[in-house]
Amino acid sequence: MTAAAASSAARAGLVSCGTCDQLTRPASQGNPGYCPRCGAALAWRRHHSIQYTWALVIAAAICYIPANALPVFTTITLGEEVPDTILSGVAFLYSSGSWPLALIVLIASVMIPLGKLIALAYLLITIQRGSIANHRERTRLYRIVEFIGRWSMLDVFVAAFTVALVQLQPLTSVEPGPGVLFFAAVVVITMLAAEAFDPRLMWDAADQQQASHG
Amino acid sequence: METIACPDCDLLQEIPPLPAGGKARCARCGEMLAQRLVNPVDLPLALTIAATIAFIVANTTPLMGLSAVGREASTTIFGGALEMWQQGSEITAAAVAFCAVIAPGGHLLFLLTVLFSVRRPPAPHWVGEMLRSAHFLQPWSMTEVMMLGILVALFKIAQLATVLPDAGMFAAGVFVFLLGAVLVTFDAREVWARIEWIDGTVPTTTSDTGAAGIAP
Repeated sequence: MTAAAASSAARAGLVSCGTCDQLTRPASQGNPGYCPRCGAALAWRRHHSIQYTWALVIAAAICYIPANALPVFTTITLGEEVPDTILSGVAFLYSSGSWPLALIVLIASVMIPLGKLIALAYLLITIQRGSIANHRERTRLYRIVEFIGRWSMLDVFVAAFTVALVQLQPLTSVEPGPGVLFFAAVVVITMLAAEAFDPRLMWDAADQQQASHG
Repeated sequence: METIACPDCDLLQEIPPLPAGGKARCARCGEMLAQRLVNPVDLPLALTIAATIAFIVANTTPLMGLSAVGREASTTIFGGALEMWQQGSEITAAAVAFCAVIAPGGHLLFLLTVLFSVRRPPAPHWVGEMLRSAHFLQPWSMTEVMMLGILVALFKIAQLATVLPDAGMFAAGVFVFLLGAVLVTFDAREVWARIEWIDGTVPTTTSDTGAAGIAP
């Protein structure tokens, strides 16, 4: 189903509610007001989307360093302390013969957070440069980022349940390390960044181009 | 015909009447815009009730037990967060409790209320507030991630002690599948079409074609 005259809602003077998707023709262009159906505040585009997303991406990138460098938990066996970072956890799983689990943790904890940061930075830069290429692919990339982010929480749960179960003092016990806090921060902040990003900004550049040529 | 704007690319388009089970995708970016479910309220409601029962069992029975050199330990989902809190990682403990207990529980509670209310349309507009809250909590409800995390933790601990999964673990597994079924059979557009507008307008149609037209 194609629209008769392809136009974005904003160009037609219509705003779509972010909560219930109801289309409304607001009385004033400057302040669209509230959705008549659900009462949510209307906005042509998410407020300060690019600034907020950049701020959150940078904050997450900073937290990503201690998240990987500091131990996520420390195993204490008869007074001897062995710290474990995320990568040494992956190495442990691999060396104890479980490469599928090692691969899952490596993807969820190292590659997904890094991939999300690179993907969001790429999407932001292409919007700021007014790029009009690869809209469909960039929109798909955004959907993947939005969908996959929660899986990075994996290592936080691994740490929590290891700590909860292995409390066999004085024989052996596991204590949470400072890395797990930074790691949880990376996951939460990148999820918020994906929510602050407005994919419609990618299509606006194409709409403007079309308007100036036609 | 109903006119809507794609939430991902803002293209205006008209949704034709869909056949039962049919879906409409955005002509420009491919986002799913509308679907017509055969049973949009009672089926997700039944699945949500079943998921709530599984969720309660998963949270009240031990997930797994551990035994090593004559000593025994067990934990529940909330116990995982509590132990982390007592070990001094309060913020991480709060994040674990939110993603594993509070968000899934709140999400279910809001969905139950919404689906019960829209059985007799039009539902009062506060039901819309609950639907919005449910939508907000959904990405933070991470039971399936927690299950995989427990699996990895179990494998690591198996080197130290004997670990046996308990009733809570099986209930959590059942909950993950039921929640997936709820999300597939639930359609927010169908629900919005059965809720009274905040300005007092009663939706013109409460059939499965959804509310029509553009508000002034």
